[in-house]
Amino acid sequence: MSDDDVIICRCEDLTLKELRELLKRGYTSFDEIKRLSRAGMGPCQGKTCKQLILNEIKNYTHLEIDKIPIRPTVVRPPARPIIFKEILESENERNR
Amino acid sequence: MEQVEVLVIGGGPAGMMASLSAVKTGARVTLLEREARLGGQLIKQTHKFFGSYKEYAGVRGIEIVDKLTFLLKEQEEKGKIRILTEAELVLFYQEQTLGYTYKGSLRTLKAQKIIFTTGASERMLPFPGNDLPGVYAAGAIQTLMNVNGVLPGEKYLMVGAGNIGLIVSYQLLQAGASVLGVVEAMPRIGGYLVHASKIRRMGVPIYTSHTILEARGKDKVEEAVITVVDNKYKPITGTEKILKVDAISLAVGLNPLGELLEQRGIKFCFIPELGGFVPWHDENLKTSHPDVYVAGDLAGIEEATTAMLQGELAGLVVAKELRYGNLEEQDKINLITQRLKEFRAGPKSEKTREGQIKLKNG
Repeated sequence: MSDDDVIICRCEDLTLKELRELLKRGYTSFDEIKRLSRAGMGPCQGKTCKQLILNEIKNYTHLEIDKIPIRPTVVRPPARPIIFKEILESENERNR
Repeated sequence: MEQVEVLVIGGGPAGMMASLSAVKTGARVTLLEREARLGGQLIKQTHKFFGSYKEYAGVRGIEIVDKLTFLLKEQEEKGKIRILTEAELVLFYQEQTLGYTYKGSLRTLKAQKIIFTTGASERMLPFPGNDLPGVYAAGAIQTLMNVNGVLPGEKYLMVGAGNIGLIVSYQLLQAGASVLGVVEAMPRIGGYLVHASKIRRMGVPIYTSHTILEARGKDKVEEAVITVVDNKYKPITGTEKILKVDAISLAVGLNPLGELLEQRGIKFCFIPELGGFVPWHDENLKTSHPDVYVAGDLAGIEEATTAMLQGELAGLVVAKELRYGNLEEQDKINLITQRLKEFRAGPKSEKTREGQIKLKNG
């Protein structure tokens, strides 16, 4: 088995091999990796992969984790996917 | 828009205690809980607690939930607290405007003070085969087993010998499963020795300085490869060992769940001793936002006991800031601060103490 069989982002199917290729191409911030691979943009919104990706960036760049560019662009509302019906229902209630 | 005085997010040990202490001091509280019942992770804790009798030592986690739920329902009947279950906070905007989903619609409210007790999420490990069916987080197995009555496998490898790894191993044995081994990358067991001794007596080997190398199987886990690691946690070639397991349980730590605070731009610090990125907070659990407080695992990974104490403290402080209570409240605050200090004085709390110092230094 190889890096190809190591899943980093379960929601968007990013493998360790793909992550390492991005790092080699010079994408060493969480935000760049997210934009290029969609990691962290699935249903769990990065709860699983964020830490793994930051560790991998740390190993590659030797930067401490809190020095890796990550904020403020990463976390946006909503915290989990919500369905349009829920938003629509809230409008209906407001108009009632 | 709906206006509330004190909003508590999360009905686990910290959130239940925060609600109770704020209500008892005189504040009006709204408690949001994502699940159908209160209790958070306590609802699957079938073991008895350690620590101080004041914080329910000797009582099983699930029984603590019953006691606290009873006290909360009493306050609910008096109209002092509103408890919303299956209500999940998803938005946190300017001026304490928050959005949550409840009964199929997205609702908004404004809160004067907010106590976040959203807990933590379990960490994943990168290894080949880590997405094979049969690879679970230990807490997920505990929920399946103790809450839903489902045993997801028969033969387990446990990764991590902290308290969660040790306790879940024991509970798997109680449920009739077998645990072929516990691997721990550190050279020593991280959890309490009493939990480790229990599973050792039942014949479960604990391999320190070992880690999982890969999970193998066609459609699901059929075996796990473990290996010895050196003092830099690098695998030593030639020391591999194959365990015929159908489930792998990962108990490799927790990350504080602070995404909602991140939405709002609240200050975080990276403190590995407290579990990674934690919202900065002062001794009274106030964050960088004057109306936002934290308690429990979100404030730094510890135990249910400290979560309850922190919750109680945050509830008191918030109520006091809203000008409820009297001079006695300061004595209570001092007392809880003292009890937290006592609880963290033991040798197993060294990491927490180091983390607290880093937190103070911002």
